[in-house]
Amino acid sequence: MEKELPLWEVFIRSRQGLDHKHVGSLHAADAQMAIENARDVYTRRQEGVSIWVVESVHITASDPADSDPLFEPAKDKAYRHPTFYQLPEGIKHI
Amino acid sequence: MTFYDYIIRLADNNLILGHRLSEWCGHGPFLEQDMAMTNISLDLIGQSRSMYALAAEINSKGESEDDIAFLRLEHEYQNLLLVEQPNGDFAHTVLRQLFFASFQLPLYQAMLQKLQGMTEEHFVTLRGILEKAVMEVTYHKRWSSEWVIRLGDGTAESHSRMVTAVNELYRYYGEAFISDAVDDAAVSEGYGVRPEELKAEADQYIDDIFRQANLNIPVDTYMQRGGKQGVHSEYMGYLLSELQYMQRAYPNASW
Amino acid sequence: MDTTKNLEEIFQSKIDHEIKIEPKDWMPDAYRKTLIRQISQHAHSEIVGMLPEGNWITRTPSLRRKVALLAKIQDEAGHGLYLYSAAETLGITRDQLLDELHTGKAKYSSIFNYPALTWADMGSVGWLVDGAAIMNQVMLCRTSYGPYARAMVRICKEESFHHRQGFEILLTLSQGTEAQKKMCQESINRWWKPALMMFGPPDEQSSNTEMSMKWKIKRETNDELRQRFVDVAAEQVKFLNMTLPDVVWNESTGHYDFGALDWDHFWNVVKGNGPCNKQRLDARIKAHENGAWVREAALAFAEKQKIRQQSQVKTA
Repeated sequence: MEKELPLWEVFIRSRQGLDHKHVGSLHAADAQMAIENARDVYTRRQEGVSIWVVESVHITASDPADSDPLFEPAKDKAYRHPTFYQLPEGIKHI
Repeated sequence: MTFYDYIIRLADNNLILGHRLSEWCGHGPFLEQDMAMTNISLDLIGQSRSMYALAAEINSKGESEDDIAFLRLEHEYQNLLLVEQPNGDFAHTVLRQLFFASFQLPLYQAMLQKLQGMTEEHFVTLRGILEKAVMEVTYHKRWSSEWVIRLGDGTAESHSRMVTAVNELYRYYGEAFISDAVDDAAVSEGYGVRPEELKAEADQYIDDIFRQANLNIPVDTYMQRGGKQGVHSEYMGYLLSELQYMQRAYPNASW
Repeated sequence: MDTTKNLEEIFQSKIDHEIKIEPKDWMPDAYRKTLIRQISQHAHSEIVGMLPEGNWITRTPSLRRKVALLAKIQDEAGHGLYLYSAAETLGITRDQLLDELHTGKAKYSSIFNYPALTWADMGSVGWLVDGAAIMNQVMLCRTSYGPYARAMVRICKEESFHHRQGFEILLTLSQGTEAQKKMCQESINRWWKPALMMFGPPDEQSSNTEMSMKWKIKRETNDELRQRFVDVAAEQVKFLNMTLPDVVWNESTGHYDFGALDWDHFWNVVKGNGPCNKQRLDARIKAHENGAWVREAALAFAEKQKIRQQSQVKTA
């Protein structure tokens, strides 16, 4: 069986000032082709002003089995959020 | 009428090449490139529409863009022989695109310079069309250049397919750069460009791409011509019989 | 044994609580297999679905229709691509998926095994075939597998123009010459029942429905979706002054009846005996095979470039 063109993940900035956001993936032989394919596939309706591509094999993802130790501990740290603190009514600029 | 003829030529090239590329839709070498070719086709057909609409306007005979696009006789189409050539394999298609874009981009750029400061309405409209088109064609040129290099310098098979494509298509590359009476008149009216003046830049560009692609210009550099004057290849009649089918079969209907 | 059971319970409880399943999450094998089958079938349908309409690109009656049709068919390529990508998150490659299509192992929507014979068919395909597909697709935007649902959201957004351009084609024909009106009705007649069969066999004969509903891959049954489509289309056709074959209002149910559907014929088309099965598959195989040298060359060139860049770095 022939070797397949590598898979790339595509991230698009929809307009200046916003983050790049993952929009999907595609196949391309190299980075340049991946950018151009992303332009032809994912920005046909003016969805973007900037494109990032990264070969899918280079992405390391957290393991869902690790979710508890990774994310649970943040749950009870209410003191990280502004609503945790009580201030007198009517106070301004704080 | 020179302006009309001049615009029609530009539009015919776009329509016929756009038509050829549209034949790839659903049959491309992989999905991503299927979509890329359709994008180019849409750009070109879009350009042709704006140009036919402008031509119809200045002609003021009450004809529409579709009347011009669909209802002329074969010898009235003035596109280059190059753009009506069949798609062949992907190597032929990308090379045809490279040859055409290497002519079209400098042409549009030179026209834009000439149109600068011309205030008559149809010149302003044309400038608007060309300004948008320059961005599109810049991309077509880049896309086709990259593929010619990639295939020329890819595998033994892709290289040999590129060589075949060069041998078959190079003879149609030169017609674009040979001026005739319409060009002369357009030059004297101020907006036209003498195509010979674009040739050095295009040649140099093709040389550079061919060098990177390990391709050579054929020894025999005789150039076929005739399309610009309405004398086409045998492929053109078949192309038009598809393009015009509905309009011919159901005259005077709205769609 | 216990852990699997536990994992299955966690999985089902996520589904029940409308929490999406994501690629790396644990999922039952059968769920993965069902998804791969359904997503790939959907992707193949998009790609094969390009072919009947593709027939008409070079013959559109106007330039406006040409760019719309071309853009629409290109969208279908895009939709196929989004769906193949979603399937690829389940641990299968696009080449494997295509291979299953080309060898006949995977199916695609049978509707695309019918020929597009007239320009009006571009209208019928957009209005009826895309209309039927949209019923399914809207439901699938809420499907339980994250990548599939996200692909479907994107597809639905793009699809809305397809449906409209189809109806507009028919509307123009319906207001045109006698020949155009005739072309319009003839095309609707030909596409109507095959479009109804796109929703799949009646619920009592559908083997996959029950599990797919439990896993919220599907969220409505074939018959529910089909009836909704009939009711909508029966109202829309009035704007065309055309008729839908065998469709009559049923006062007692408050729905339109649509007559008998020929399921024997349907299964024959699925099995390969439709008018265009062979041509469709041949066209896809040919495109893929003719593209092999292009893909190989692109890979070989990318490899060469990488080596060149590395040696440049070394010498610098």
